[in-house]
Amino acid sequence: MDESITLHVDGRKRSLTVDTRTTLLDALRERLGVTAPKKGCDHGQCGSCTVLLDGRRATTCLTLAVAHDGAEVVTADGLAEGDSLHPVQRAFLDHDGLQCGYCTPGQVCSAVGMLAEAAAGWPSHVTRDGAGRVELTDEEIRERMSGNLCRCGAYPNIVAAIREVAR
Amino acid sequence: MNPFEYRRAMDATAAVALVTEHPGAAFLAGGTNLVDHLKLGVARPDLLVDVSRLPLDTISSLPDGRVRVGAAVRNSDLAADPLIRRRYPMLSAALLAGASGQLRNLATTGGNLLQRTRCVYFQDVTTPCNKREPGSGCSALEGYNRGHAILGASEQCVAVHPSDLAVALTALEAEVQVLGPAGERTIPIGELYRLPGDAPERDTVLSHGDLITAVDLPELPMAACSAYRKVRDRASYAFALVSVAAAVDVADGVIRDVRIAFGGVAHRPWRATRAEQLLRGEPATETAFAAAAHAELAPARPLAHNAFKVPLAASTLVATLRGLTEEGR
Amino acid sequence: MTTELVTVDLLHFHAIGVPLERADGTIKVTGRAPYAFEHPVTEPVYLHPVQATVARGRVTGADTAAARALPGVIAVLTHENAPRMVSGDDPELWVLQSTEIAFRGQFVGAVLAETLEVARHAADLVRMEYENLPHDAELDPRRDDLYAPDVLNAGYPTDTAEGDVDAAPAAVTIDRTYRTPMEHNNPMEPHAVIALWAEPGELLLYDSSQGVHRVRGALATAFGLDPGRVRVVSPYVGGGFGSKGSAHAHHALAVLAAQAVPGRPVKFALTRQQMFSQVGYRTPTVQHVRLSATADGRLTAISHEVVEQTARLKEFAEQTAVCSRMMYTAPNRRTSHRLARLDVPVPAWMRAPGEAPGMFAAEVAMDELAVACGLDPIELRARNEPGTDPVTGRPWSGGRHLVECLREGARRFGWDPRDPTPGVRRDGEWLVGTGVAASTYPRHLLPGNRATVRYTPDGRYSVLIGAVDIGTGTWTTLAQIAADALEVPVGAVALEIGDSDLPQASVAGGSSGMSSWGSAVVAAARAFRARYGEGPPVGAEASAEAPAEPGGDFAADSFGAQFAEVRVNADTGEVRVPRMLGVFSAGKIINPRTARSQFIGGMIMGLSAALHEESVLDPRFGHVVNHDFADYHIAACADVVDIDAAWLEEVDPHANPMGSRGIGEIGIVGAPAAIANAVHHATGIRVRDLPITPDRLLTHGLL
Repeated sequence: MDESITLHVDGRKRSLTVDTRTTLLDALRERLGVTAPKKGCDHGQCGSCTVLLDGRRATTCLTLAVAHDGAEVVTADGLAEGDSLHPVQRAFLDHDGLQCGYCTPGQVCSAVGMLAEAAAGWPSHVTRDGAGRVELTDEEIRERMSGNLCRCGAYPNIVAAIREVAR
Repeated sequence: MNPFEYRRAMDATAAVALVTEHPGAAFLAGGTNLVDHLKLGVARPDLLVDVSRLPLDTISSLPDGRVRVGAAVRNSDLAADPLIRRRYPMLSAALLAGASGQLRNLATTGGNLLQRTRCVYFQDVTTPCNKREPGSGCSALEGYNRGHAILGASEQCVAVHPSDLAVALTALEAEVQVLGPAGERTIPIGELYRLPGDAPERDTVLSHGDLITAVDLPELPMAACSAYRKVRDRASYAFALVSVAAAVDVADGVIRDVRIAFGGVAHRPWRATRAEQLLRGEPATETAFAAAAHAELAPARPLAHNAFKVPLAASTLVATLRGLTEEGR
Repeated sequence: MTTELVTVDLLHFHAIGVPLERADGTIKVTGRAPYAFEHPVTEPVYLHPVQATVARGRVTGADTAAARALPGVIAVLTHENAPRMVSGDDPELWVLQSTEIAFRGQFVGAVLAETLEVARHAADLVRMEYENLPHDAELDPRRDDLYAPDVLNAGYPTDTAEGDVDAAPAAVTIDRTYRTPMEHNNPMEPHAVIALWAEPGELLLYDSSQGVHRVRGALATAFGLDPGRVRVVSPYVGGGFGSKGSAHAHHALAVLAAQAVPGRPVKFALTRQQMFSQVGYRTPTVQHVRLSATADGRLTAISHEVVEQTARLKEFAEQTAVCSRMMYTAPNRRTSHRLARLDVPVPAWMRAPGEAPGMFAAEVAMDELAVACGLDPIELRARNEPGTDPVTGRPWSGGRHLVECLREGARRFGWDPRDPTPGVRRDGEWLVGTGVAASTYPRHLLPGNRATVRYTPDGRYSVLIGAVDIGTGTWTTLAQIAADALEVPVGAVALEIGDSDLPQASVAGGSSGMSSWGSAVVAAARAFRARYGEGPPVGAEASAEAPAEPGGDFAADSFGAQFAEVRVNADTGEVRVPRMLGVFSAGKIINPRTARSQFIGGMIMGLSAALHEESVLDPRFGHVVNHDFADYHIAACADVVDIDAAWLEEVDPHANPMGSRGIGEIGIVGAPAAIANAVHHATGIRVRDLPITPDRLLTHGLL
């Protein structure tokens, strides 16, 4: 069964008709040609498909496109303005926070979303409750980035990149 | 994945009516468990009624001192809420111990409570499973059951409930507000979840068309001294091997009151009532904690691969109570 | 013994050794780099496979009517109607050509549809009927049908024996059995392919591959095609770790589908779950290690006997005990490999096949020997250092620097002073310990590499070779090699890789890429300069093949030392690794930045193997039941704390013109043993089975 929806993707308004079964991830990748979000597991278990969905980091593989009619989606591609990289992306390059690159766009979006969450005072599993202010220690960064798996083992470099941006 | 119709609900009553009149309908909220199951073929609804945009997304203090959490409140918002963090730290901790940041931004309070077991056979439609296909058999009983139940299981099913939130809510004695075909009702969380018995296909006492609209947290001062300890195979982003939610009220070294629930040990969050009884009025000592833990776990019936959960649950409880009571000193 | 060593003509290092930023970094952090499934194509057809639900048997019927009736379904392929293949030399590729089922999950059909959703739904509607035969999917070292393969992976002999292990004098003996589980490569990018049968005999594949020519060759053979009309394109590959080193069944299925819908591109990406049955895995191993030594820790005998599994469909014999042939000196030595042939998916390469599981057993056994002898484990290894390769009697190319790695690592890690007493260091609820293990990996130089250098109108040098970058840094490092070979700045090099239309190249595997491709690039550059000098005309072009073994008679292995600190929660058995350090001797490091990522990436995969990874095959069904990332755990960010890698500054003068030996696998080797040894030091509990999960410690007496 098909439904018509509109998505705002990386600043562009995109209207399309989707099968109700189509996930947001497949709508982006297969229907709109927006392939920055990656399909690594398709079950919310790896984080490669992470984008900023209405301003928050979210996996796109476990959410139906039809349920997000009108949503604003920002991918890693949209975080950069042409060749001008987002500071998080620049830091990933500086610290070699990637190897094969497949998890990378999801890592980048997750990092951007995570930095905003921390700035808003959201706690994490490792936060010693200080009611409000969050200091992004390496331990905090690691915990908050654990929803993005990386098989190449770029984690230490990813943490270093985010630490630099958070400072 | 079977085709299905999608409808966005504009109000809760209409959503309930819509699902009630369609035997193959299901509610859709954050989708993080349901869409997973659609792909696996575990769930095959022909109509999804999207309740994620219903105005059930607020956290409010009730006049009688309780706190009402709307069913559509996202896990991340609930965990970060200052009131929740202050009055019910174990609740925030339980949420933050589950899933990942990007999943918690999607998953809702109601959906978290109704997530289904992670038993590998339940999720694999090519293997028998009584929960998924009643009467087909339990593959875990003689199979890979490292993560399975040690308490309250049946020959029909040895699955465990995966929610961390539900464990904390069980210790808190939260109440679940349900809107059903016959109207509203309140279900104490201790009565929401079932043991498998001979109907493992039913996780809860809810019927088709029942929609969780809110969760009410009691005014419970001792909950300010509470913790959630989750033991898992990785440091983050993994389901529990065993977890403990506990709140304790200690005065002059004596336990005046205590609340304990285990996760990862049974088909439902396991309220440790026996341990609680033994601890009330006792000195807050390691010996007392251990005695209570062992008493609670005495009926445990481990399977081939999960015998470790018995000592693990006991020592995790002892460590959690130790941490809480040392903190209080 | 004296041996004549030939020194190769080394490059003058300018670009080599510089920590250049990753050349493909920008397009990867923005998500613009196109991986296999992402190449824009028009009117794609989506493929979803149908998989066998029995582990052994025959297909007796296929009801595809419901699937075919579904709107949007283009075709349903089964053995009854699939196009015919030509060669079944590789049984893994012989898909839909017979009714035989050799493992659960094997492809028995495929749906082609206009959308992903319809294809998946229709596959669900296909009803296959089977004759179900009894199957056998349980690896048990006591089986009476174990057999010795003719030869092991990479051509190693199956068994070796020197002296008399049983009669060796022994003041101290370690005699233990170690087990490593089935593990899956699980690159983050699932294996994916777009196949286009443009016109009869002409095949185009956008593939996620570690070897475009290898895949081209395998498919050309299987389908009887002219390799010159088959093109495999893999510019960016989301990891592989061995599983993308060969063509697998999904390639064949995609080609069959493409032949069924000529002119339309067929898109086929495996699901994460399907990757647990289709693309290989590391075999589980049962390893019996016996070390005999004098009281002062000098080895008198080493025995390393391995039982592992292979598949009924196709043999793969992992070289697990090969490391024990050359690591330490001992006059009496025995190694053997025995296989159980099971009704299971086909095992294959996974990062450091052989060394990774073999050095777990061997290096934990060494730690046990150190404890038994009352010796520091570094000292024990130093005492058993061979002067020449025990296998060949030859010296090591570039020298053997294991002891240097151990000593340098000890210095950096703060190994000394170390109280060897296990289970006595406590920090709150955590037991703390440290461990060390050695690492090794052979230098592989693969044949069949050719490169072309062309001078282009923009004043740059195009360097062409069908190599691939699976995350190892090839886009960056091969350009550095080319720059030094041409004696130009890196910016003057335009590298072209990842396409089988480029000159022939070997697989990105076995840590062989830089050695093998680099040698070809250097040969082509030198041929170019020899012909055109420093001022070539536009369009000038030269090609050359990499020479065969450039050196003389030497043994070629890299070595390393792995250090780990662990903390074990005394209440719960949770294991954390706050610190790891690896020090490696691997010849010249081409790019310190990407090399460090390779080393620590390997170490982290080793950490992951030590603590998390285990594919659970339920022998009743014959498939891996924890077949996703929720149940097959790999290390997450929170598991990885302070990990560092260092290396000895050296140049291997006999290896190749770069002086390098390859670094892709050595980081994983020994890391699990270092962690297991540290767990013993922390707790006094010796875990001999991986992974070291809380239950293993709890059932071994932690509580």
